[in-house]
Amino acid sequence: MKNKLLLFSIGLVFIIIFIIFYKGLQNTNIYSPETKINYEVPLVSVKLFNSNKIVNTKEIFNSDNYYLLNIWSSWCVPCRQEHSILMELTKNDNLNVIGINYKDTKKNAKNFLNELGNPYDEIIFDDKGTNAIEWGAYGVPETFLINKNKIIKKYIGPLTNNSMEEINLFIK
Amino acid sequence: MKIFKLFLIVFFIFPINNLKADNEVLKNKITKNLRCLICQGQSVYDSDSEFANSLKTVVDNKIKEGLSEKQIYSYFQSKYGEWILYDPLFNKNTYFLWLLPLLIFFIGGAIIFKKFIKKQK
Repeated sequence: MKNKLLLFSIGLVFIIIFIIFYKGLQNTNIYSPETKINYEVPLVSVKLFNSNKIVNTKEIFNSDNYYLLNIWSSWCVPCRQEHSILMELTKNDNLNVIGINYKDTKKNAKNFLNELGNPYDEIIFDDKGTNAIEWGAYGVPETFLINKNKIIKKYIGPLTNNSMEEINLFIK
Repeated sequence: MKIFKLFLIVFFIFPINNLKADNEVLKNKITKNLRCLICQGQSVYDSDSEFANSLKTVVDNKIKEGLSEKQIYSYFQSKYGEWILYDPLFNKNTYFLWLLPLLIFFIGGAIIFKKFIKKQK
């Protein structure tokens, strides 16, 4: 009787472990940071691209308007894809598009904007890539929708037509 | 005079070097415990990706600002979530993880005790 019980419990443990591992097989092992939202805009001092001035992010995101923060770089191929969408979005009056120029040179960045157009109301120059980390970003492109100093939506990777529609719904 | 000069050189070089070495050791220790999120399976220390290099700079800056190791970890945790740390913190999500080996050890010990040591008596 005791032996049977032991055999049964060992079998049960094996079955449970098997089920757990089998389910684990189907999980994706590519991790992306949790797209946690509703956290506050990080308050750091940043360097502006055009004027070379050092300002606090508080001064950039100072109105109740909607802001779209886009991390981009001239060497980033998906950034080219999404650029037309940014050009479209910047036509909205109640949306300010802010750029973070990530690990780029000014010359290349200017060429990029001359070629494809400049959708940005203000550009933050982040040649060391440390500013993007303050935002919890881990690559280019990444886009954040900000309202009243809160990040309300985060897009990892290039913006698509779907995300443009979504943003338009937010800012209506 | 020669000895005096030598002494001066040693006096000026050593403390600065020591300080720098300390920072470097701490930086290495911290970056070895940070997971590179775009080259998964590698630590920030091992990786040479853009992301990892920026992270190294940030760690450097934070050390210079005078933050402790723990503060730096919690800073990165607040930005990227707990996944970025290789060494999971001890909290309510990880009690089971940390205590399971201990539990198994004690249960195993109890079984051995019951089976063998009691029998001998």
